[in-house]
Amino acid sequence: MLELKHISYRVSAPEGELDILKDVSLTIPDEKLVVFTGPNGGGKTTLAKIIMGLIRPTAGQIVYDGQDITDLDITQRARLGISYGFQQPPRFKGITVQDLLQLAAGENRLSKDRCCHYLTSVGLCANDYLDREVDVSLSGGEVKRIEIATILARDGRFMIFDEPEAGIDLWSFARLTETFEQIHARRSATMVIISHQERIIRLADEIIVVAGGQIAHRGTTEEIFPLILADTLGSCPVMTRKEAAQ
Amino acid sequence: MITDIDAKLLEKIADLTGKPAGAINIRKDSGCEARQSTEHIEIAGKTDKPGIDIRIRPGTRGEKCYIPVIISKTGLTEMVYNDFYVGDGSDVEIVAGCGIHNSGCDESRHDGVHTFYIGKNCRVRYTEKHYGENAPEQTGRNVMNPQTIVYLGEGSTMEMETVQIRGIDSTKRFTKFVCEAGSEVVVTERLLTHGRQIAESEMEIELNGADAKGRVISRSVAQDESEQVFYPRMVGNAQCFGHVQCDSIIMGSAKVKSIPAIAANCTDAQLVHEAAIGKIAGDQLLKLETLGLSPEEAEETILKGFLA
Repeated sequence: MLELKHISYRVSAPEGELDILKDVSLTIPDEKLVVFTGPNGGGKTTLAKIIMGLIRPTAGQIVYDGQDITDLDITQRARLGISYGFQQPPRFKGITVQDLLQLAAGENRLSKDRCCHYLTSVGLCANDYLDREVDVSLSGGEVKRIEIATILARDGRFMIFDEPEAGIDLWSFARLTETFEQIHARRSATMVIISHQERIIRLADEIIVVAGGQIAHRGTTEEIFPLILADTLGSCPVMTRKEAAQ
Repeated sequence: MITDIDAKLLEKIADLTGKPAGAINIRKDSGCEARQSTEHIEIAGKTDKPGIDIRIRPGTRGEKCYIPVIISKTGLTEMVYNDFYVGDGSDVEIVAGCGIHNSGCDESRHDGVHTFYIGKNCRVRYTEKHYGENAPEQTGRNVMNPQTIVYLGEGSTMEMETVQIRGIDSTKRFTKFVCEAGSEVVVTERLLTHGRQIAESEMEIELNGADAKGRVISRSVAQDESEQVFYPRMVGNAQCFGHVQCDSIIMGSAKVKSIPAIAANCTDAQLVHEAAIGKIAGDQLLKLETLGLSPEEAEETILKGFLA
């Protein structure tokens, strides 16, 4: 179980102090699939990065499986089983897809079958990709899918995916959604997915809407989805007036 | 006699363990430690100056030739000339390289000029790795100044891999290719400097014949207070394609200067160059840390991959 207790994150900006997260408290039970959604700039990614240790909160406490991990660094958290799929993954000159999967799995020799399994899960063929370098020769969508494959190879107990659908074509997205469903069905990991996609949102046990640095709403798909749609229209005064007129 | 230290050097610079099949010449401390010719590859000592002539018969295919140099003495300086004559239609691999184990406090230095005369329709893979180390408590400088001149015949290809592994205090490299019609050269350079080492690498690729292709891929890492300078030049004198790519990772208080040049003397020459110098990207380190690597392991992994 992951507990975020009174997490705040404040940064200095030219216009003064800016609160990116304001006293957020949240509990994520084991084996659940939780989706963070909400408007851009609302604090979703910051919250996810704080769980991984990529950002240190300015206040608050993080407890994972009963252990206070607030002061643990990224590596220590990774070794506890927390993993993070970046929205915009870095590229590496000279490091192949196979190298990266092996690093993720923590094995020097990951069998081709295993590599094939992870790559197929994100819609890629091992024969075409294993020996390729994760550099600029790969498209954004390919790098993104390889990034997700590394999280599958990592096989951690707590997986975070930051907008996994971004940059991925429709066919691969469908395959990816099935993969998330399968992991969830196996109950082998807790998943936090930052997403705006309805298909992913509908997989969630719980949806957490993060807006303005706070948790605006939380609940099941049935409870939250109508609110999201209402907020979407509400954000545009012209559309709202048109809707009202109809 | 090959000592344990020599054997380790040979493995490092030429992947040599034991006595390999094929043609071989091991030069140790300016003497000939071992020499073996084959039916198709003849190795003979020069009579007018230090060095060897390697003559590869036309049509030789699938053979390897090893010509590593090792230095174990301190204060030794040598200038060596090796000439390669590769007959038409050959497909061969040549492994050179130099390793210095400096046993004292004086400078040890190997200067070498390798000249290749490659016939028509050949395929040559050429590897040279350079490595230096000091005996415990010893501080003698290790210096290597390799020159490689290649005359590449019509329809021939050459893949050259040149690697400075580590431990070379000063190097000044010069590589030149003269490429005839339909030939293709790919030069892959990997270079690491550390401490207060200095490295200068100059390359000139002349694409003289129609459809000649040249490609230079240079990757380097400059650590600590070391300094590197690169001058790769691609000259198009005919309808040809040339590409120069230089990437450097800079660390500590190192300095790197990269000055690629392309020159077209024909309207049908197509030449491209790119050069980049920068620190290890922070997001690369973070990504590897999220996979459970420590910051030190992440840095090492990135550098190892970059120089692989």
